[in-house]
Amino acid sequence: MTPDDRRYSTEHEWAKAEGGEVVVGITDFAQEQLGDVVYVELPSVGDQVKQGRVMGVVESVKAASDLYSPVSGEVVAVNDAAVGEPQKLNDAPYTDGWLIRVRPDNLDELNNLMTAEQYDLRVSDRGPEE
Amino acid sequence: MSEPLRETPLHGWHVAHGARLVPFGGWSMPVQYPGGILAEHRATRAGAGLFDISHMGRVELVGPDALALLQRTTTNDVNALAVGRAQYSVLCNEAGGTLDDLIVYRLPGRYLAVVNAGGRERDLAWWREQARGLDVDLVDRTPDVAMIALQGPAAETLLQPVCNVPLDRMRYYTATRAEVCGRAVLLARTGYTGEDGFELMPASDDVVALWEAVLALTDPVAPSPAGLGARDTLRLEAGMALYGHELTDEISPLEAGLGRVVKLDKGEFVGRKALAAQQAAGLTRQLVGFEMLDAAIPRQGYPVIAGGRTVGAVTSGSFGPSVERPIGLAYVPPQLAAVGTELTVVVRGRPAPARVCARPFWPHHTKRIRAAGD
Repeated sequence: MTPDDRRYSTEHEWAKAEGGEVVVGITDFAQEQLGDVVYVELPSVGDQVKQGRVMGVVESVKAASDLYSPVSGEVVAVNDAAVGEPQKLNDAPYTDGWLIRVRPDNLDELNNLMTAEQYDLRVSDRGPEE
Repeated sequence: MSEPLRETPLHGWHVAHGARLVPFGGWSMPVQYPGGILAEHRATRAGAGLFDISHMGRVELVGPDALALLQRTTTNDVNALAVGRAQYSVLCNEAGGTLDDLIVYRLPGRYLAVVNAGGRERDLAWWREQARGLDVDLVDRTPDVAMIALQGPAAETLLQPVCNVPLDRMRYYTATRAEVCGRAVLLARTGYTGEDGFELMPASDDVVALWEAVLALTDPVAPSPAGLGARDTLRLEAGMALYGHELTDEISPLEAGLGRVVKLDKGEFVGRKALAAQQAAGLTRQLVGFEMLDAAIPRQGYPVIAGGRTVGAVTSGSFGPSVERPIGLAYVPPQLAAVGTELTVVVRGRPAPARVCARPFWPHHTKRIRAAGD
């Protein structure tokens, strides 16, 4: 169920290499934990993001959570449709609910991230939220 | 706080039905079911939502001096409360700060106070202290009586076929003994959503069967189980205060806009002198509702700025699912409280424009034949 065509961060973002660029989003586990997403704040085109650093905010009805970039580089596109309709993050976190597209400083950075199999193992180890 | 969380008699049902549980006021409570907060909120506004509110404290005051104790410790006039009626009220400290907010029900031969989950133990201790020299028994019924709320425009139509009391004649803020789905309950036409609806208090042993029986009703629409997340967005849109947010030990009911339940002329009560002095001197802050002019969502604690300086703070904020925009409540100086006043809310370090707007954000649909209890 977790797509194996991309890599995953411990902060529950995904990064997918696509024609020399990297598409970034949140995982299905993340959207499930957040609940209904009602607001997304993303960097702008031209901004620099850095692997493991805060790049934006996602808010559910109950709370705000930071978004961490899974890759370093320059933002080349932002998913305005998801900003306008944050429910897309819940409905289609791996497709229509993508967040940003990055021109990576170094594509090898993706090797720091987990495979789908490793990520599934990690989230299945987690007990229910306290 | 390593004390284990308390569980309501419906805890097992919540777990079995995929609820996400969170700690609230010392209890493990469902914040949402798998359908999510937005769906639960909308179901309550459009049809009916069913809430487990057994975490609320239920305290009976029995004895010849029960009335005297309530008159001494609450701001509303309990003398004016007839049998079968309910009254929203406030417990104040000597300084006029709010110890808790509550609903007082007058039942045959006793009073019932429904208080906040997190305030129950402190309220009980406060009442025991204030009851010295009075002939009154305080009985904590929280463990043996449960409480569920059926809220929404469909509530009356849903319940009438399974209830032995004519509901079309039952007014907002009244309560009566009734049988619902074959279970004895105290039935109250009260709630915390701004919608019409009922709060049902059955024996704890009966509540799971009653809950399931109410959820099985389908005419005109099946109720949706709803958690604390929807309860919070519904009460926020209805402009209602939540203890720990709009009300604290440091905030008076006058500042919170609850002057209608503060009866300064009813006789002596704890906090009366301080409240009368505050009223005479004029308030220095008051609660306002505001809407964000962009998509940023306000949250409790965010600073409110006007004219370049911090003038207050947000007490509650969320995306309002029915009003479909971010809304909040905040304390500001009275000169900034007029509807239409432009404010700035600092959202994670970034100033975001906001505007004072009328409360409630969403119109109330309670069965208010006349102002009852307030």
